[in-house]
Order: sequence, then structure tokens, then C-alpha cells
Amino acid sequence: MQAELAAEPGILQFAWVIVVLPMASFALIVFFGKRMPWKGVEFGVLAVGAGLVLSLQVLWHFVQGGGPYEKGLTWAPVGPFTLEIGQYVDGLTAVMFVLVCTVSLCVQVYSIGYMHGDTRYTWFFAALSLFTGSMLNLVVANNLFQLLVGWELVGICSYLLIGHWWEEKINSDAAIKAFITTKTGDVPFLFGIFTLVFATGTSNIARISEAAEMGHISHGLLVVAALLLFGGAIGKSAQFPLHVWLPDAMQGPTPVSALIHAATMVVAGVYLVGRMFAVFSPAGSAMAFVSTIAGITMLIAALLAMVQDDIKRVLAYSTVSQLAYMIAGLSLGERGYTPGLFHMFTHGFFKALMFLAAGSVIHAVHSSNMSEMGGLRKSMPVTFWTFMIGGGALAGIPPLAGFWSKDEIITMAFKTGHYGLWVVTMLTAVVTAFYMTRAMLLTFFGEYRGHGHPHESPAVMTVPLVVLAAGSAVVGFLGAPQLSAVFADWVHFGPVEHEPFSYGFAAISVLGAGLGLYAGYSLYTRWTEREPLRALGPGYALLENKYYLDDIYLRGIVRPIQYRLSAAVSWFDRTLIDGIVNGVAKLTQGVSGGVHGFDLTVIDGAVNGIAQTAGFTGGILRYIQSGNVQRYAAFLFAGVVIMAIIITRI
Amino acid sequence: MIRLPLVLFFSAALFSTGVYGVLARRNAVLVLMSIELMLNAVNVNLVAFSQLWQHITGQVFALFVIAVAAAEVGIGLAIVILIYRNRETISVDEVNLLKW
Repeated sequence: MQAELAAEPGILQFAWVIVVLPMASFALIVFFGKRMPWKGVEFGVLAVGAGLVLSLQVLWHFVQGGGPYEKGLTWAPVGPFTLEIGQYVDGLTAVMFVLVCTVSLCVQVYSIGYMHGDTRYTWFFAALSLFTGSMLNLVVANNLFQLLVGWELVGICSYLLIGHWWEEKINSDAAIKAFITTKTGDVPFLFGIFTLVFATGTSNIARISEAAEMGHISHGLLVVAALLLFGGAIGKSAQFPLHVWLPDAMQGPTPVSALIHAATMVVAGVYLVGRMFAVFSPAGSAMAFVSTIAGITMLIAALLAMVQDDIKRVLAYSTVSQLAYMIAGLSLGERGYTPGLFHMFTHGFFKALMFLAAGSVIHAVHSSNMSEMGGLRKSMPVTFWTFMIGGGALAGIPPLAGFWSKDEIITMAFKTGHYGLWVVTMLTAVVTAFYMTRAMLLTFFGEYRGHGHPHESPAVMTVPLVVLAAGSAVVGFLGAPQLSAVFADWVHFGPVEHEPFSYGFAAISVLGAGLGLYAGYSLYTRWTEREPLRALGPGYALLENKYYLDDIYLRGIVRPIQYRLSAAVSWFDRTLIDGIVNGVAKLTQGVSGGVHGFDLTVIDGAVNGIAQTAGFTGGILRYIQSGNVQRYAAFLFAGVVIMAIIITRI
Repeated sequence: MIRLPLVLFFSAALFSTGVYGVLARRNAVLVLMSIELMLNAVNVNLVAFSQLWQHITGQVFALFVIAVAAAEVGIGLAIVILIYRNRETISVDEVNLLKW
């Protein structure tokens, strides 16, 4: 990574404050939240708001062309290895700061309305603060172990928040599934860290990157490390084959979904690949693997999104697909670095927006099934228009944010010669436009099919929508080549390269999006009880059953572990482990019996013996104490006489 | 000039009488008087040796002993009176509370 540090770090020195603020807010909400007039919300909103202001100042440093800044403190020296705690702030960090703080702030404000009257209202906000703080810690970390701490904290927060309404078993099951599935990816991630620490003797990201760039790490080791690190990203960023947790995570409250999908949790995997890009970049075969996984994920998730009835599940699969876009962008090599991370940035805005808008719809109709919606554009105009902007951005309609970033990735795939990936990205773009059209038509157009009278959400929920919609509309211009593509100046790998804008490729991707739009429009303008895609026959069944992946995992992994392995482990536990434990206990009992006997006879015998001897002697000697003064005097004289005799003899 | 051994024999006899009195007498007053005898035996010794060595110290000490003996008898008799008031007796044998 960039070796030279900023001459005047300025505000960057205090980047860690952005991380500490939400953490402090978490503690404050937990301890004092319930006694506050707004039940602890004020802490979270103030902390993240202040964090956003600081983040923008940090970003301003890079807008002015400042350099990165690194500062680490020794936390714990472990032999020759030193555990650090510190901050590494470069353009990517700054961009992530802004994204996380913006989305978190919007989500928190929105939650005031959405979670109103919830039984664990205060705790919900505490967890949101912790979630934000953990993600920021992950982003700011200057070494892999600190990053891992943030990584795991993010995991536990998502577990807590997905299972926020744990009274219903399906919710707690979803939380457990999310936790265990991501944990499956964390194991290779941890070993990837070990590999890099083993290879370089440090966990400092800048030093590892330097070593990788200078070729101090052997190529084989780099490939292994990159693959293992990517294992973590597969779990966290919900890539095939570990993507199954993300749709189930929809059981959590909708603001949580927005936070998980846009700014925290799932982008952590993409961020990791971006942050450790120096390790990935030279490892060609690992990059090919990354590219393949991204291609598979992108398409299968987009296809799944076509058949979902639950609006949140449509968005969830769309997130999986879009994350695959980012990873595909990164897998293109140095030239794909900026487009991949730019898509992460823009996607954060419009995905948060769409989840919050979907939450607003769910709030109004009390159902997340699109078959019970329809015609909501009249009753919920703000939600409708913001959702349209978000959906347009996701589908890649120019000039909304998603167009710029997605188009860059698609174009770059072709330019770098990844033709197979280019075809997949194009296909996915078509499918994306299709399912977004479907979702918008089913939700907002036609006749209302649900019960009751839906009405627009309160201002506390719509204002964040408008803010995010504005973001979704304009942040794309940060990467627009016509406007000098400033994003590439902040986030780049190697020398800054401004790719020229290709109207030809843009036309192709717009055409693709238009094709998807048209297909969606022609199929879904009129609501039909029977899903039109059922015409696909077995293909539809395959999609409806999520490629049977969940069943395969359940029958192939979960059940054998549950019934066979756990029985075997239980037997092992009860016979061998318990045998050892009980044996040790018996042995201890025997020894203590012996010690007890020794204590009673020898030690107590000695003590009592001394006491008895003293008592016996005293019993004899006491008769000298007759009380008769004259007898005492006689002893006295006798003593004097004896002493006189002794003295005169000497 | 009396010869020194005679005086020492006299002093020893006087002291022995006192010891006997202290150890054998029951009457507390007589015990106190016997102590007086012992003290005076010492005084005789002090004066005799003072005369022998022609040195005044012995006589000074004798005077001190007389003064101390007077104080001692005063306190002793006071104790005896208190014992008599409490116990209606001055027999040393019967004052034996301090025993096993």
C-alpha cells in the first residue's frame, strides 16, 4: 500500500474518536438509556452524528489530496510478536467512515419511528451503537487482529439484532444460522491471519502489504493466505456457498437489515479483500477462484430474487448479488480495485434506502409479502418515490448511483479480458433490472390487495428515506469520468488511473437494464394470482427451493452433526471425558481421605499432646501456689540461701 | 572498741530472729515487727563496717534504711488494718485468697 505517510496528519490523528463515540454511546445506553427522556436514542444519534461530522472532515483531508496516516500503539508484546492497537486511515477508510456513519445515522433516526413501542427499544439502540462501533473498529484497524476483533463483534451484533424478536423460534433460528454460517467462514479467515503473521512476523496491515508487494512472501504462501482470507469474506459477505444465512437474516427488524446489508456486516468481507488487496493482487490463482465464486454468486442470487414474494427477501438476494459484483470488480486486479469499492460505496446508499423504504411499506401494510401489497404509490408517495430512486439505482438506470459503479465493473471486466465474467455481469444486470421492476410493480402499482388502509409513515421515518434517496441519486457522480472521477483519487491501488468513459459499453449496460425493465414490465403490469414465472416449470421449482441448498446443508451437514456426530461426541464425552473427570475426582477423594487421617492423628495429636502436657504439668505445679504468704517467703529465703551458696562457691 | 566479729555475730543473730519471726509468726503485726528486726540487723552491719573502714557512707545508708523502714511500717500497718476490717482477723494464715 502507499508507503509515504502524510506530512501533516491533522484531523486523521483523531480518526479513532469516530470509533470510540458509538462504543461509548453503547455503554451509556446500556447503563443510563432507560432513564433518559428519549430512552437512550439521543446517545446513539449524537454519537453517530458527531462521528459523521468527523468522518466528513477526514474525507475532506483526502479531497484536498492528503496522504494516508498510520499510528499504532503496542498493546501486548507476545514473545517476538507484538499485538498492536491502532489506526490506519487512507481514502478507503475515510469513504467507509462516511458510509457507515451516514447509514447508521439514518437507520437510527428511522428506528425511532419503526421500533416505537418495542419491548426492548433501548436495548435495540444499544446494539445498533455497538454494531456501528464494531464496524468502524474493523475499518480503522491497522492490524489484522484488531480487524478480527471488529469482525467478530460485527458478527455477534448481527446475531443479537437478527434475533431481536427472539420470542418467535423462527427468529432465533435465523440468528443462530447467521452466526454459525458466518463462523464457518471465520475459521479459514483466522488461519489466513496466522499464515500472514507466520510469513511476515507482523500483523500490521501496512507492513504485510509492503512485504507482499516487495515479494518477501513466497507466491504459494500468498495464494494460501488469499484463499483463506477470502474464506472469511465468503462467510461474511454471503457468497456462494455460504450465502444461505443472509435471506434468513430478514427475520430481524427491517432497520437492522438495512444496517447489515448496506454499511456493516456484509460489506466487511468486501472491505477485507480491498484492505488486503496487496495480498490478493499478486496471487493469480486465488484471484481466479475469487472471480469464479463472485460470478456464480452474482447470477444465482439474482435468479433467486426473481421468485421471492417477500419484499425483504428480494432485497436480500439482491444484496448477495451486488456483493458479488463488488468482489468480481476486485477480482479483476488493480484496475478493478476502484470500481469494486466504488460499487460498495454507492450500494451502501441505495440498499439502505430500499430496505428502509421496504420497512416503511411493511410498517404500513403489516405484511412483507408483495402479494398483499400493490397500489401503494398513491397512499405512500414519499416511500414510493424514494423506493423508485433506490430501485432505479440498483437496476443501473443512469444517472443514478448504481449505474456509474456497476457500469464501471462491467466495462472493466471486458477491458481486462475477463469475457466469461463480463457475460455473467451483463446477464445479472438484466436479471437485476427485471426483479427490481417486478418488486416495484407488485408493491406500488395496480390495485391494493391487502387489508386495512395503508398510510404514509411519520416524518421521522421518511426524512432518512429522502436523505438516502438524495445520496443514491448523487454519489454516483463522484465516480463519473465526465466529472473527473474524484473517487479514484481517494480510493486506488497503485497509481491513480482514470479510465476513460466508454459510451459504447454504457449503452450496452443501459440496454441490458432496459431489457430487464421491459421484461418485468410486460409480465407484471397486471397482477395475476398465478406467478407468471411458473411457466418456467422445473426451473421455477429449483429457484423456489433455493437450489435445494438449504436442504442439502440441512440433510448433509446439520442433521448428521445433530444426530450422528453429536451422539458420538456425547458418548465420547460421557465415557471417556467423564471417566477421566470422575477418576480424577475419585483419586482426589482418596488422597484427601488420607490427608484427613494424617491431619486428625498426627497434626492434631501433636497439638493436643502439647496442650495436654502443659495442662498436666500445670496441674502438678499449681499446688505450689498455696496462697500462704509465709510459705512464699520461705521459698524466697531458701532461694536466697541457695544463690548465696552458689555465688560463694564460685 | 568492740571487735568486729562480735558485732557481726550479733547482727546475724538478730537477722535470723527476724527471719524466724517472718516465717513462723501468724500475727501480721508480729510479722511486720520481725521485718523491722531484719532491717535493723542490716543497719548494725552497715554501721559496723562504716566504723571499720572509717567511711561515712555506711552510716548514711543506715539512716536511709531507717527512713524507708518507717515508711514501710506505715504502709504495712495500714494494710493490716484494712485486712482486719474486711476479714475480722489479722492471721497471715487465713489471708490465702491468692492460690490455685
